[in-house]
Amino acid sequence: MNVMSVAYKNLKRKRIRSALTIGGVAVAVAVLVSLMGFDKGYQESLTSNIDKMGYQLLITAKGCPYEAATLMLKGGGGLRYMEQDIYKKIQRDSRIDKITPQLVSTVYDPDRQQGQGGFAMYMGITESYTELKPWSKFKSGSWFSSETADEAIMGYEAAEVEQRLVGDKIFVPNINKVLTVVGIFERTGTQDDGVVFLPLKTAQQIFSLPNKLTGVGVKLKNIHEIGNFEEDLYNEPGIQIISMAQVRGTILNLISSAKVLANSVAVIAIFIAAIGVLNTILMSVFERTREIGVMKAIGASRTDVFRLIWTETILVCAFGGILGSVLALLGSGVVEYILKTILPYAPSGQLVLIEPNLLFAAFFGAIVLGIISGIYPAWRAASMRPVEAIRTGE
Amino acid sequence: MNELVVKAEKLTKVYKLFAEDIVAVNNVDLEISSGEFVSVMGPSGSGKTTLLDMIGCLDGITSGRLEILGEDVSMMKESRLVNVRRGKIGFIFQDFSLILSLTALENLQLASYFAGNSHRRQKLIALLEKIGLGHRVNHLPKQLSGGEKQRVAIARALAMEPKFLLADEPTGHLDTENSQEILNVFKRLNQEEGLTIIVATHDQKLGSQTKRTIYLRDGKIVSQ
Repeated sequence: MNVMSVAYKNLKRKRIRSALTIGGVAVAVAVLVSLMGFDKGYQESLTSNIDKMGYQLLITAKGCPYEAATLMLKGGGGLRYMEQDIYKKIQRDSRIDKITPQLVSTVYDPDRQQGQGGFAMYMGITESYTELKPWSKFKSGSWFSSETADEAIMGYEAAEVEQRLVGDKIFVPNINKVLTVVGIFERTGTQDDGVVFLPLKTAQQIFSLPNKLTGVGVKLKNIHEIGNFEEDLYNEPGIQIISMAQVRGTILNLISSAKVLANSVAVIAIFIAAIGVLNTILMSVFERTREIGVMKAIGASRTDVFRLIWTETILVCAFGGILGSVLALLGSGVVEYILKTILPYAPSGQLVLIEPNLLFAAFFGAIVLGIISGIYPAWRAASMRPVEAIRTGE
Repeated sequence: MNELVVKAEKLTKVYKLFAEDIVAVNNVDLEISSGEFVSVMGPSGSGKTTLLDMIGCLDGITSGRLEILGEDVSMMKESRLVNVRRGKIGFIFQDFSLILSLTALENLQLASYFAGNSHRRQKLIALLEKIGLGHRVNHLPKQLSGGEKQRVAIARALAMEPKFLLADEPTGHLDTENSQEILNVFKRLNQEEGLTIIVATHDQKLGSQTKRTIYLRDGKIVSQ
């Protein structure tokens, strides 16, 4: 016989009440775990997305930097156009390690998304694009046969969704152009997976944008030169330079207000759960006034009674912590789906990242919740005078 | 000479009820020696339960002096009274007061745990067998009859290895047959093991079968 088993049996006595209280704690813990998992997952996905762009700076046509930042992450460039001459000019800078021009165009395809319609993204690139992204490997096929070939390389998902293999023909809606698939990239976990790549010149020709680019990605030899490099290009007309670190900061800023709101909800949920636990245990203490008096009569000390009630509270919260962690794990897919729908920009990859140490922290946090909310009911029970407790409960 | 279990001198207990003082026990002088089987009788409100509460160190005294097992408990606070109770005084209540979520055996184990003499399971089962409940070891209180519950309560008190037993109306909720059975258990414990037993009761039949009867009226001892 030990305090733990008595406490457990006491909780079993009022199953529904105990289950509801545990449920309250579980919901609070699940909300907290999901939010913390989101915080970590989002930042990691975003950082990984940005790292996988391969360049530290993106030169685009002048426009709203926020719009440019999100559009660029979604597909490699803001949909404003700059002259290719600028690329040729910058290209000569000796500080540059690698540089790649891009032309992005989106085409409405009524057959996308099971007939609901959607935009397909096409990107004109040169071989320098893969130099910046050494992780882009071919799953099958190879590079374009020439700079002006009517050929396409498909991102992993784009190929999978449309069920295309090397050698298949794809049709670009509206423009009425047929392209031959010559390669399919392996999965990269970035937005590139959903893109159809064309030779830059072909793209300029079929989208009727001769000598136009949407962006130029730049990787410098020395990362510390970024400031100087940006300054030198500052006076260049019609362009703006966005550093990837800035983009990351901008996007994190965009979602920070949503995070503050969500964290407030989590704090409130935990506060309500703590009050719920305190209320339940206090009620059960009052109901068991006589029993507590009897325990004292048969030799239970203040410490014994305190420990018993405290253990009950901690048990409720520990069960809630375990259940909440399981709920968060099981529900992370749903949470991820909802977040992807409501967020202004969601990077690809796992948005809600629940790691074992987060679950351990949540469980530990739930126990702390029990320790704190159990103090008052345990103290009330321990302070009961035996004769009064026995007679009051009669 | 037998050791004194209870020694009370001018023992008084006054309750405040609103502005009025209620004298529940009034100047009682009392000595109970080890090995006695005593019944405390009297009408309702005569102070039986209050006297038992004070002897059982569940309640403080207002004035006078009270020694339990040679220790002066008159001025003791609850934090010290628990040490006098623990493992020395076994309580039996009218409504059995078993812990409802625990089985018969677990009720004994809990008492034994609180008393600080965690007995082996086998020893506690033997205790239940001794009072005829060997077949009810793992039953919850709700699965037991009134008489069985009271016998579990007695076994629970014995699990603490007390110096004396205090029973407040132990047969109050029982029929004649079960009352006699409980009385027989008490008699056996007193005669065979020399356990001191103090019983507060209305039951004339129970009172007549104890070795000594103390009559109370309006908080005073009328005869003993």
